Amino acid sequence: MSEKAIDARRGQAAAKWESLRNNPIPSIFIGAGSCGLAAGAEETQAAVEEYLKAKGIEARIIQVGCIGPCYLEPLMDIQMPGKPRISYSTVTAKDAPGILESLLVRGEVSKHHLAGHFGEADLDGIPRFFDMPMLKPQVRVVLRNCGLIDPDDVDHYLARDGYRGFEKCLSLPWTDVLDIVKRSGIRGRGGAGFPTWKKWAICRETQSDQRYLICNADEGDPGAFMNRSLIEGDPHAVLEGMLIAAYTIGATQGYVYIRAEYPLAIQRLKNALGQMRGLGLLGDHILGSDFGFDIKIKEGAGAFVCGEETALIASIEGKRGMPRTRPPFPAVQGLRGKPTIINNTETLGTLPNILRNGPEWYAGFGTETSKGTKTFSLVGKVRRTGLIEVPLGIKLREVIYDIGGGTFKPFKAVQSGGPSGGCLSEEFLDTPIDYEHLAEAGAIMGSGGLIVMDADTCIVDTAKYFMSFTQKESCGKCVPCRVGTRHMVEILERVCNGQGALSDLDKLEKLGQTIKSGSLCQLGSTAPNPALTSLKYFRSEFISHVKDRRCPAVACKNLVVYRIIPGKCTGCQRCVRVCPTGAISGPRSEPHNLDASKCIKCRSCYEICRFDAIAGDAIVIES
Amino acid sequence: MSNGGICAIGEDFKGDRGDLIPVLQRAQDLEGYLRPETIRLISRWLKISENEIYGVATFYAQFRFHPPGKHHIKVCLGTACHVRGGEQILITAKERLGIGPGETTADGKFDLERVACLGCCALAPVVAFDKKIHSQMSVLKIQGILDERKSD
Repeated sequence: MSEKAIDARRGQAAAKWESLRNNPIPSIFIGAGSCGLAAGAEETQAAVEEYLKAKGIEARIIQVGCIGPCYLEPLMDIQMPGKPRISYSTVTAKDAPGILESLLVRGEVSKHHLAGHFGEADLDGIPRFFDMPMLKPQVRVVLRNCGLIDPDDVDHYLARDGYRGFEKCLSLPWTDVLDIVKRSGIRGRGGAGFPTWKKWAICRETQSDQRYLICNADEGDPGAFMNRSLIEGDPHAVLEGMLIAAYTIGATQGYVYIRAEYPLAIQRLKNALGQMRGLGLLGDHILGSDFGFDIKIKEGAGAFVCGEETALIASIEGKRGMPRTRPPFPAVQGLRGKPTIINNTETLGTLPNILRNGPEWYAGFGTETSKGTKTFSLVGKVRRTGLIEVPLGIKLREVIYDIGGGTFKPFKAVQSGGPSGGCLSEEFLDTPIDYEHLAEAGAIMGSGGLIVMDADTCIVDTAKYFMSFTQKESCGKCVPCRVGTRHMVEILERVCNGQGALSDLDKLEKLGQTIKSGSLCQLGSTAPNPALTSLKYFRSEFISHVKDRRCPAVACKNLVVYRIIPGKCTGCQRCVRVCPTGAISGPRSEPHNLDASKCIKCRSCYEICRFDAIAGDAIVIES
Repeated sequence: MSNGGICAIGEDFKGDRGDLIPVLQRAQDLEGYLRPETIRLISRWLKISENEIYGVATFYAQFRFHPPGKHHIKVCLGTACHVRGGEQILITAKERLGIGPGETTADGKFDLERVACLGCCALAPVVAFDKKIHSQMSVLKIQGILDERKSD
């Protein structure tokens, strides 16, 4: 397809997008990203379809990606002809008919489940969706389309200026594009923060008959899902970014390396690639130019270390995903020995915006050294969980309290950067989120996982969790990483079990330093970070475990006991029924007995007592 | 390559060495796990020793070497799930099914797996039952799901 043909398609796309608003029939949008589906979006959609059928109402149903506030899923938006789109939250299958009835039949906006509207002008009594406390402080650049457009319909993307960034790129020599990316100040969003333009320049300047581009969507960091949401919600943004990157570095073949655990994202990518082919955006002579490029999907097979560039390349080559020494860096010698650029999904997804709106616009967000915006997955013990995008330099406090709405119990720590990052205590709440400040505090920005912990989270247990994760995921090549992480796990297990000694804490620090300095790749050299920062900022909690044999958060299984308070137990037998090991016994209407030797501390009895029993608080967990 | 159902794989790939992982993924999709006979076939076809294929396959968490159960239960233990009590859900599932992660129940009905992250962290803790992800799990909810499916 030539450039003219895509212009014609744009006209058709714009009309289609506009028709959503002006169509005589209503449009119903269902938030059907992985999180929406997990919250029951499929059931909600079925209920909507059933309702429409029963009432004989004609409406269009469109599945959209995740708009961010996952805690409000399933989200359902309704667009009445000529009216602004209105969003409803936590719409279960049971709630859907009532909401539809009020708006579609009676023409009233039900206050029940109302989240807000997407219109420009004020609407009487209805708040704007983007004015919600969770969304107001955000700046949506890379997420601008997520949750708003149909990710399976390229026309929606085109209607929202899709592929305009790439068209601009095609009209410029590659050196100019490189300069634009340089001026935007964007740095790698995968975690390390290497300037994107610099990596590209190295690759382009290396003489070769073939160069490769890889989109790293192997989001292995547990607790992070930014890449998944972006691909599920707006796959073309990432693919357009790949075209821009490939054009600049002179690559002819690209790969998306994506986790097999993300089936929906893979399906969206496959569909989007087919549409690109149809529009002449892949293959030889793209849009009538001399530029040719193609993209293949490579599904990862479940290895965290494959997020590391050289391990990822080994995996694409069909080998064990083990990192190798660098240099030579992949930008010089990568896949099949050819210069290869591996960019994070978010970096690529941001590029079309930079090309379209100009580098100065993008550099206007953020700080002097960390420019632009960054997506984070805000999760853990925080009230409003979900995917957010904020300008860099925003303070941790603003993210956790203003956007996240604070914690349930008193705040304890925030973990940034996943298994390579660190746990930061309350004193760091006013730290700006940027590459430098987080590194200074001992954490890293990482790919964007922010896990909030409150008084109920045990810091030693969390350190053990991260250490066991990296120990399992260590590829085994370097001894300090392979053996050292195992020893650190063993020590942390001892501490969690109340069998540790004070000397163990020093051993942890020493081992941590050895692993950091003696490992080849970033997995090993950052693996001790969560444990080391926890030890540094929460030493007193480690000491409680060692000296007093107590877990202050009442979380470490071997340091807690479950007890039934006889005066409170009404003998309702609910706990007896849910106990998987038969540890609780006793006749009806009499206080029950808990046999500690059989108790596996699974919490079943505690939960049923709190949520479903008459007494409510007859079972306590103590340390 | 020729052998019943999996011979179709041979038509979709050129037979390059780099195809090894996608080929193994497809074989597992078709047969549920990697059978020794299948690995032997792939070895001859791609001209990679069986030894090396096992080396690659065992490196990645995705590959199974035992028949899976009728239903797959994946308990997520990503960080968000961990801090919201995922461990307890795994303990409960283990106790109820009488198997550990990576095992299949004797009647072949369920297999249990612990996974690093399903990417639904905002609705933690989550459990995937077959293809459906269940969010905001509790030990009581997992018991309910297992009991419900026991008679399937």
